[in-house]
Amino acid sequence: MTAPDVPIIRTVGLDGMLVSFGDRLSEPANRAALALRAALDREGWPGVEETSTSLVSAFLRFDPRRLSHEALRARLADILEGRDWTQADLPEGRRLFRIPTVYGTDLAPQLDEAAHRAGISPGQAVAELSSARVRVQTIGFAPGQPYLGALPPHWDIPRQQGLTPRVPEGALVVAIRQFVLFSVATPTGWRHVGQTAARLFRPEAPDPFLLRPGDEVEFPSVTREEFDNFKRRRQDGIRMEPLP
Amino acid sequence: MTRALICHQAGPGLTVQDMGRTGLLAQGLSRGGAADRLALSEGAALLGQSDTLAAVEMAGMGGVFEATEDIAVALTGAPMRAEIDGAPVLWNAAHLLPGGAKLKIGAATAGTYGYLSVAGGIDTPLVLGARSAHLTAGLGAALGQGDRLPVGPARTRRSGVRLAVTPRFDGGEIRVLRSLQTDFFPPETLERFENTVFSRDQRGNRMGVRMNSDGDGFHVEGGLHVISEIIVPGDIQMTGDGAPYVLLAECQTTGGYPRIGTVIPSDLPRVAQAGPGATLRFRFVGLDEALALNLRHLAEIEALKSRVEPLVRDPASIHNLLEYQLISGVSSGADPEED
Repeated sequence: MTAPDVPIIRTVGLDGMLVSFGDRLSEPANRAALALRAALDREGWPGVEETSTSLVSAFLRFDPRRLSHEALRARLADILEGRDWTQADLPEGRRLFRIPTVYGTDLAPQLDEAAHRAGISPGQAVAELSSARVRVQTIGFAPGQPYLGALPPHWDIPRQQGLTPRVPEGALVVAIRQFVLFSVATPTGWRHVGQTAARLFRPEAPDPFLLRPGDEVEFPSVTREEFDNFKRRRQDGIRMEPLP
Repeated sequence: MTRALICHQAGPGLTVQDMGRTGLLAQGLSRGGAADRLALSEGAALLGQSDTLAAVEMAGMGGVFEATEDIAVALTGAPMRAEIDGAPVLWNAAHLLPGGAKLKIGAATAGTYGYLSVAGGIDTPLVLGARSAHLTAGLGAALGQGDRLPVGPARTRRSGVRLAVTPRFDGGEIRVLRSLQTDFFPPETLERFENTVFSRDQRGNRMGVRMNSDGDGFHVEGGLHVISEIIVPGDIQMTGDGAPYVLLAECQTTGGYPRIGTVIPSDLPRVAQAGPGATLRFRFVGLDEALALNLRHLAEIEALKSRVEPLVRDPASIHNLLEYQLISGVSSGADPEED
């Protein structure tokens, strides 16, 4: 463990409990969260209604009438004791996705501002962001929507003070050394640096969610013209290959 | 031809809602469902059916509906002016909507979300396990003129009943649990938060509502750098300008703006329903108190069915007969016993 005070168990509202492996994003904490959730699903404790992960935590929603806070806390302490979760393997069956992206232009108007915050030129920003290999650390916020990281340290830029009222589906946004790729049009406090044609959530499909935690993603730069061609052909240009 | 409810006119915020979808948090899909789930339970109690059936949620304004055959309907949640073929009908009550008759539902007279439940439930196809529209996730769509909603088979034909409900449209004291980020806020900020009188910003939606107040915002040092973490409905999020947002049924599943606490489930309908001019104050309660309040809330939902009573009672048993306008309904859509 990185510090004596992790993992930490905290309540979330009335019927949620969260096991966190850190207070900032790290690869071991993310691995631990994914592995613990998988283990909790295998355990299937009565009274646990649903599990999930965030970047560095595993979450349980439970029925406090069937499983008390004290009992759940004790069970979690037990299972955490058993092993060093930060050493866990990444999930099986990981894949690499390449998602074509237009950086800047009127499609992604906050590239310059984000580059300025990161202390580099817009050109440098595109070079860095389009060559970064990032991993899906968790799916959250909106359906099928990945948090991806980690970007180099100078990309530890804050969210903006106010919310941008609306960014479109497929928007690539950046803050705190992470990308988010939006699966729905939404307000956000993250800065909109790129635009993709990706549809991450297809409710009508047999498998409605494109990405899974552990998958790796690159966002190669394409021209506005190439992007418009994808759109016209109702394609997203995404290429996928299995990772060894 | 299956029986149906035809929507001849629709306010801007009409959607089909049930208790929402569970089990998809890990895929980033929040539960969604009715903004005021208690109102769905009340509608179900009036019609003598399960509260898992879907109904029409109406934000601020109703519409004009017609049933293809005789169907019992229940009106709950934010009271709205309602009439069947021109005759005013009582809110928080179930009525027979004769086939071909027009049910006209106007603007809310208090609160925000009204509900039109039908005997047998709205029977649109299940998508990922529920019928709820989840507009922020791109599931389903707002209802529009000409929409024809299939109605399921009814177990009972009960109508002509009413239910005295707990009023929840005027804000009031909202109880809040400490949550995982409460400690980020200095004690004096927490104290000021509890002592501030808020009003619900009227631009709220099913994702959440902004709370307006005079004076400074509720900032937290380093709040824009916090790691994104799990969000649950009821969480009170402080955006960059320091205004609290209470997150509702259709909230995001994770987020990075720091959260000062979580509204307990039984008080959340009062936040969602607070109408224009209503004021709210937040008070922190301990986990044991919150758990006890929740048990009481669940018991009250359980008891709703036993509290349904005939719309027309023996006049001798009504102590305040003059306040009732019996079958002709009341013009305001409000119920005298709510006050």
